[in-house]
Amino acid sequence: MTIDVAREPGQHMALSARGVQMEYRDRQTGHRLLALERVDLDIPDGAFVSLLGPSGCGKSTFLKIVNGLILATAGEIKLHRVAKGREDAMVFQDAALFPWYSVVDNVAYGLVCAGVSRKEARSRAVPYIDLVGLKGFADKYPYQLSGGMQQRANLARALAVDSAILLMDEPFASLDAQTRELMQAELLRIWTAARKTVLFVTHQIDEAVFLSDRVVVMAARPGRVIADIAIDLPRPRSLEMKQTPEFARYEAQIWKLIAHQQPSDTAPVP
Amino acid sequence: MTVATSPAFRTIHPRVRKPRPALMRWYRRNERVVLSVAGVVLFFVVWEIGSAAGFVDKFFFSSPSAIATAGASEVTKARFWDDVRITALELVVGTGASVVLAVPLGIFIGWYRRLSLTFDPWLNFFNALPRVALVPLVVLWFGLDWNMKAVVVFLGGFFAIILPTVEGVRTVERHLLDVSRSFRASSRLIFTSLVIPGTLPFIVSGLRIAVGRVLAGVVIGEFYAQTQGIGVMIYKAEASLQSDRMLFGVLIFTVLGIVLYESVGAAERYFQRWRPVREDEA
Ligand SMILES: Nc1ncnc2c1ncn2[C@@H]1O[C@H](COP(=O)(O)OP(=O)(O)O)[C@@H](O)[C@H]1O
Ligand SMILES: [Mg+2]
Repeated sequence: MTIDVAREPGQHMALSARGVQMEYRDRQTGHRLLALERVDLDIPDGAFVSLLGPSGCGKSTFLKIVNGLILATAGEIKLHRVAKGREDAMVFQDAALFPWYSVVDNVAYGLVCAGVSRKEARSRAVPYIDLVGLKGFADKYPYQLSGGMQQRANLARALAVDSAILLMDEPFASLDAQTRELMQAELLRIWTAARKTVLFVTHQIDEAVFLSDRVVVMAARPGRVIADIAIDLPRPRSLEMKQTPEFARYEAQIWKLIAHQQPSDTAPVP
Repeated sequence: MTVATSPAFRTIHPRVRKPRPALMRWYRRNERVVLSVAGVVLFFVVWEIGSAAGFVDKFFFSSPSAIATAGASEVTKARFWDDVRITALELVVGTGASVVLAVPLGIFIGWYRRLSLTFDPWLNFFNALPRVALVPLVVLWFGLDWNMKAVVVFLGGFFAIILPTVEGVRTVERHLLDVSRSFRASSRLIFTSLVIPGTLPFIVSGLRIAVGRVLAGVVIGEFYAQTQGIGVMIYKAEASLQSDRMLFGVLIFTVLGIVLYESVGAAERYFQRWRPVREDEA
């Protein structure tokens, strides 16, 4: 089994969100919190788009709504149908691997969920384990892996179901700076090979600029989109690009947008 | 003057590793076992010498050699083996039933939040209740036969296991539940991939508590019923002032307890190969 690289980026939207709103209500106190207010977002097929914003602005909430883990309180999301398999798969923030499963069983998990037999799922998981650079670690348990390796397995699990869209929730936030940069470069390599639509959540400006075709900037309380910036930097990109003046200009532009906002945890509750 | 020779510095030397003799190396590797065996042996030796020398009262405390002699004569009697059979039957049936019922029921109750809220007061009530106090009631219902004692054993094991099981299911990792749901796992797969393995450590700690409780249950049941079993043998030996026979009976329960406890530990190690080995367990 090889990885299907033939998926041509099409002209259609992979995802289209209109007026998505999420209001959490506390079960005990009945207190309401508007986590997302009328979010509109279009992501063309094959694009790499980042959601950037301070913690608490509703980034994870948006991904969970797209993924179907929770239901929005208003608005709608359209995912382009796929001929086979899944529209979307999630890469979780804290690697969230099953500690009692070896790497190969963790990577195969999404396939098993889709009804593939465990044996076949394992063999289909192998190329993805190799792709993310975990060759030789298939039979290790998560506790035997470093944080970066756990994130690679987390990524491989989502890749293995071969969905059209990859949802990534701050997958590198818990890694040290050096590993994070390495994983960013790796992710671009994998994205180029697998040719998927990526919706990438982060709170780090340089990460968003480096990876993305577009950076969607969000603000908190209530969570909303305040800017949508196209990143016209050439691909393929390497880490050296972060030193260029063009890169710095994008960083500065986005930084100004964010600094303009009040810090989310001191803002008055509406 | 250089630093190397200057008296103004105090030197901290490395520890030079001397090669140790083979016996010493063997000891270091097996220190745990050697010292615990030594502790047991030492106790028996002091006991034996003490009772021979007269500063341990033989009448009350017997001696290891007397216990061994009593045990040797005991195992030749058909009555003894009847007692063993009855006690084993009570333990196996009572414990087996408590595991077979408590684990699935605990998982079921723990999974449904409303169900667990409803059952909570009852589980806590029965767990707090001194179950010994129920023995007369159990006798009323089941008579004095082995099945009554199996019920007492069951009551000891059941609540020890079901409480942590419910707790284990209730505290299943939210993150992992999100992963399962995200990949659209069937309920069945959520159970086998997440709920069961996540609850296993809780079930095991329930089993550890259950070992003590089922043994206490069988002894109490047999003391109360006075019909058959090792507990009755202990009771009768006490009545006829045979402290050696009595202690032989106690020893049987002790060894049984250790064996059961170790089996739980072995099962735990087998089912939890995925866990890092902790320093203090190594
Ligand atoms: N299950 C929930 N119940 C209530 N409030 C929640 C829940 N999940 C998130 N929130 C709140 O919604 C807001 C957005 O959360 P989240 O989407 O996790 O933000 P981000 O991922 O951008 O840090 C936060 O204020 C958070 O406290
Ligand atoms: Mg988040």
